[in-house]
Amino acid sequence: MSSRSGRPQPGWVNPPGHYLKRDEMYSLVGLVEYPPRAKYLFSAGQAQSRFLMGLKEGKILGTRCPRCGRVYVPPRMYCEYCHTHTLEWVELPGTGVIHTAVISYIGTFRERRKEPVIVGVIQLDAPGYTPGGYEFAGLFHRLCGVTPEDVMSGRAIGMRVKPRWRPPEERRGDINDIECFEPIEG
Amino acid sequence: MGATHPNIVVGTPITWVPLMRRVAIVGAGWAGFRPQVPELSFRELVFEAAQRAYEDAGVDPREDVDAFVSCQEDYWEGIAIADEFAPEPVGGALRPTYTVAGDGLQGLAQAYMMIKSGAFDIVAVESHAKPSDIVTLDGIYDLALDPHTIRPLRVANPLFTAGLDAVAYMSRTGASRVHLAMVAAANKRMGLHNPRASYAGRVTVDDVLGAPYYIYPMTRYEVAPYTDAAVVIVLASEEAARRLTDNPVWVEGVGWSTEVGTGAVEYHKWGHMPSLKAAGLMAYRAAGIDSPTGEVGFAEVEDRFSFMELLSLEELGLAGEGEAHKMLETGDFSPGGYLPVNQSGGSLSVGVPFEALGLWRALEAYLELREHADKYDVPRAVVASWRGPPTYTSAVAVLGAQ
Repeated sequence: MSSRSGRPQPGWVNPPGHYLKRDEMYSLVGLVEYPPRAKYLFSAGQAQSRFLMGLKEGKILGTRCPRCGRVYVPPRMYCEYCHTHTLEWVELPGTGVIHTAVISYIGTFRERRKEPVIVGVIQLDAPGYTPGGYEFAGLFHRLCGVTPEDVMSGRAIGMRVKPRWRPPEERRGDINDIECFEPIEG
Repeated sequence: MGATHPNIVVGTPITWVPLMRRVAIVGAGWAGFRPQVPELSFRELVFEAAQRAYEDAGVDPREDVDAFVSCQEDYWEGIAIADEFAPEPVGGALRPTYTVAGDGLQGLAQAYMMIKSGAFDIVAVESHAKPSDIVTLDGIYDLALDPHTIRPLRVANPLFTAGLDAVAYMSRTGASRVHLAMVAAANKRMGLHNPRASYAGRVTVDDVLGAPYYIYPMTRYEVAPYTDAAVVIVLASEEAARRLTDNPVWVEGVGWSTEVGTGAVEYHKWGHMPSLKAAGLMAYRAAGIDSPTGEVGFAEVEDRFSFMELLSLEELGLAGEGEAHKMLETGDFSPGGYLPVNQSGGSLSVGVPFEALGLWRALEAYLELREHADKYDVPRAVVASWRGPPTYTSAVAVLGAQ
């Protein structure tokens, strides 16, 4: 375990050998840097295609299982609990409550971010569907207008939110057509 | 019988605990098998195959199926940790599910052992592929090669390893380009009777020989194209199978093997496929077969390159070494012959759905044994799959209707 300077951090016993500078490491024979050429065009399929086209129109669409009544957002063409086709489409109002939220101060490599990121899981209002278990119609998304203090105090949980849509001319049929979910005033 | 048939003698038999119960295939389903299935996501494709399999088997995946096995590879999927996507479309959410990163026949072997162990009664095996979603297939193959000794050569197409094997095989056995073309023409035509064979056609030996080379010594008819497909097969213990169906097809044995590390092409035994031989021997031992001669009714074997069909038959002991092309000449491998081979049309007319290829061959053999077992003196099939270049991994299953 070494710090940025290449020196072992205090408290660590020096392992044998010596630390390499970046240039030294990349000049080693046998070290091959290789960027993969891996490009895909993912077919969204029946369910997600219609969902993404709905976002472009400012609508959140889901599918309903005819057997158990579960509403799927993001939609699936099948109910994973009943293993049956979900043939009925429903439009959700878009409003909901924050089910859980998190503040991340670090990136993937544990590097500290300048500004923390707040994201959450939103349980969407799905008229006519009362979730029976822990699963519900919902979206994972950025939260704006929610502060770290809201999250740390627990106030964020249960907060009523709605989507902040991008202007219609900027929407592309993409999950980012929703900028974020934000608290409903009052 | 126009040629010498082999007599493989197996040494010490593997000890399969005698009390272990038999395992049967009780249902199967498929979806896709077209060059492109753009209207369905891979999840939806798997769901459609699963629905058909469970209807065929008469089981409810949420009540009756005890465990699920999926066969896939992350780079084929374009999704890291693609295992996590496996349970949902097969009905495996919150149920024991995992992925075998290999050919569908290796998944079938896994399910076989799970049932043999007594821990599970009914297990579903799934495999799927959407090659049409991959833009840089060459780039994906490139990543399968050794990063230090092969990739820097920039030889562009790892399918070249199949050409190296083909040349070595022909030189060793005396099989000619005409023999390879005969395999391709026969399979293309037999596929015309198969709804899953998108690439079947009324192709003649002259058509094959007259076409431009793809990879010497093979022309475009002799290298199987890709196909989007999903296959689900339901296996059950003997007790459950008797309850579910009047005509179970037994999995009598399974085997699998890898010769050398992928990309280490220097270590491969050129013109042979030792992993196929080892996998076959393992499967025969499990099935209690001392020699496959006269013990097999038909075979669905590797043919993603035309020469591989002949080599497969030899490695599996279904033809003597160097004899397969002579048996081909005498019609031994034609429908109604000594040992009909790839009556489904093979992958040359169906295409290659990546890891689903072996499971698809098992599907074809299963349907044939279920519907037409009485056509054969011995109602038993050998199903064999090689994972294709640049791998040296193979898997074999022996299926029987008695």
